[in-house]
Amino acid sequence: MSTFSRIWAILVKETIQMRRDRMTFAMMVALPIIQLILFGFAINTDPKHLPAAIYAEENTSFTRAILDGFENSNYYEFVQQIQDQSEAETLLAEGKVAFIVHIPLGFTKQLIRQQRPQILIEADASDPSASSNAIGRAKEIVSRAVAREFTGSLSYLQEKAPPIDVITHQKYNPEGITQYNIVPGLLGVILTMTSVMITSMAMTRESEKGNLENILAMPSRAHEVMLGKILPYVLVGMVQTTIILSAAKYLFFVPFIGGLEVLLTGVLVFIVANLCLGFTFSTIAKTQMQAMQLTFFFFLPSILLSGFMFPFRGMPNWAQFIGEILPLTHFLRIVRGVMLKGTSWTESANEFGILGIFIVVVGIIAVSRYRRTLD
Amino acid sequence: MTELAIQVRGLVKAFGGKSVVNGIDLDVPKGQVWGFLGPNGSGKTTTIRMLCGLLKPSGGEGKCLGFDIIKEAEQIKRQTGYMTQKFSFWEDLSIRENLMFVARMYSLKNKAQLVDSTLERLGLQHRQHQLAGALSGGWKQRLALAAVTMHTPKLLLLDEPTAGVDPQARREFWDQIHELTSDGMTVLVSTHYMDEAERCDEIAYLAHGNLITQGRVQDVIEQSNLVTFSAVGKDVRRFVKPISEHAGVDNASYFGSALHVSGTNRSLLTDLVQQREFSSLDWHEIKPDLEDVFIALMRDAGLDKRSYE
Repeated sequence: MSTFSRIWAILVKETIQMRRDRMTFAMMVALPIIQLILFGFAINTDPKHLPAAIYAEENTSFTRAILDGFENSNYYEFVQQIQDQSEAETLLAEGKVAFIVHIPLGFTKQLIRQQRPQILIEADASDPSASSNAIGRAKEIVSRAVAREFTGSLSYLQEKAPPIDVITHQKYNPEGITQYNIVPGLLGVILTMTSVMITSMAMTRESEKGNLENILAMPSRAHEVMLGKILPYVLVGMVQTTIILSAAKYLFFVPFIGGLEVLLTGVLVFIVANLCLGFTFSTIAKTQMQAMQLTFFFFLPSILLSGFMFPFRGMPNWAQFIGEILPLTHFLRIVRGVMLKGTSWTESANEFGILGIFIVVVGIIAVSRYRRTLD
Repeated sequence: MTELAIQVRGLVKAFGGKSVVNGIDLDVPKGQVWGFLGPNGSGKTTTIRMLCGLLKPSGGEGKCLGFDIIKEAEQIKRQTGYMTQKFSFWEDLSIRENLMFVARMYSLKNKAQLVDSTLERLGLQHRQHQLAGALSGGWKQRLALAAVTMHTPKLLLLDEPTAGVDPQARREFWDQIHELTSDGMTVLVSTHYMDEAERCDEIAYLAHGNLITQGRVQDVIEQSNLVTFSAVGKDVRRFVKPISEHAGVDNASYFGSALHVSGTNRSLLTDLVQQREFSSLDWHEIKPDLEDVFIALMRDAGLDKRSYE
């Protein structure tokens, strides 16, 4: 049958071409393995060991027992002790801790007198999925911890059901609305996708079509070509940002507490970082197809390890380390911080600094890899 | 002595250990049309790319327009126009947009006017807003030539500019090239067409990365000492085999109904012509053409196909 012969002819040709494009072939084999291992071990929807700060105005056997109880639950990990409320606000805003456990003055006395003392937990609830499990456990942790202390003369307290009020204060996203966290995050994801892919494809298209030879034959420097290529896409990114932010406001009603200037600067820095990366990819890929594959190779961890989809703190340390390298991770912190927490310049300075370093490093790689010859 | 536009010594280019150009010397005087000939894969494109800084030579040295081809590639690029073998302008830009791009890249003055006058010269004003990709092969090549000469370069490198272009367009193209040199431009043009080679002031013949000969067409033919006889007659095709196997025959090939037989040894060829076996054919000596000369040259250099078997 000639039909089968033709199908076979095309099948053989495709297979040969696929095998010959080493990069594609490597991607097809290596990519699933890497992703499986990376994401299989990294993703955890029940994050534990969340950093917390203690604001204890008392130090008694009860308070120590309660704090031990928090730590033993594995959900909370106390990384800092603080002395006043303003310090607590800053730590939460900067995202250094996810919780503040506040034991007020007079706690022990009230407990013994059965006056139902309060423990206040302030939680960074901007990502509801990251904080909800830990918050849900708080009450149980506290009552179990104190129960063990109600011995001897205090055993009468055992009878009384919950002697302590655990008050959780879910800051930044009190209703736990997922969109508040996802929509600002989507801004970063969409910008990553378009900026990296568009630049890497636009560059490889020229070498594929032979236009590159033409540009190289004209007097031009690497940075001139690079800037000329990148700047139009910065504009495209800004247009996308406008659209997404409008949708966030009028369609999803996401609050916007912080300064627009902080956010827009963040967007600009983030776009430039991604464009530099796209440019670097284009110096590695030989064809548009390869450029696209590289983009995806970068895009998947960006989504999965940046804290966009799954809680960043839920990942093991090595995965968090990879996450810290990705620009999206830092942009997410900036954009969620500004919109939901109202973070200021100084509170986001760290993230801006890392994005800046990323731009410098990747920019240098891009310019040095850019070939001024056809060699 | 005339001033040289291109002067290179021992130019070598190797890709991954495989040598593509093996030590070429070139002296191209200013204001000349220089033909660059040679079979496919002989290193013509690679040499041209080295001359305009698109490839870094693996060895050798040289100057283009007085600038070092290795250290001063950027200065060379500013005064050189390079027309690639394959159309390398933007097919998704209009004709006018392509020309504007070039004008901006060279930061030329009065860009819009310059583009207008270029379009006028090309006769493409009425089509200036069409996409370059919509042009036919001949027009693309005209557009490319106009684009690479817009900055009035002193040196023009053309890599097989007329491949696949019809004879009339080719003739017009060559008229333009000669016009350009009358303004003092030096042109180095690679080609496969022998009639184009004869339009050049001088030619250089390249085979397998070696420069086999260079000089004026007439001199190249004379220096080859090639003798060519033409045989016409009934059943000429029957004699091809015995003739090409005869001593002294380097090449025998058809030109229409005639068979051209050439070799460098005149006495052996004269023997052949006088042999009774071939006396039914009508023999007469003709002027050897460039193609015969090149095939003979390749044989002398041990570079013809048979030597590779």
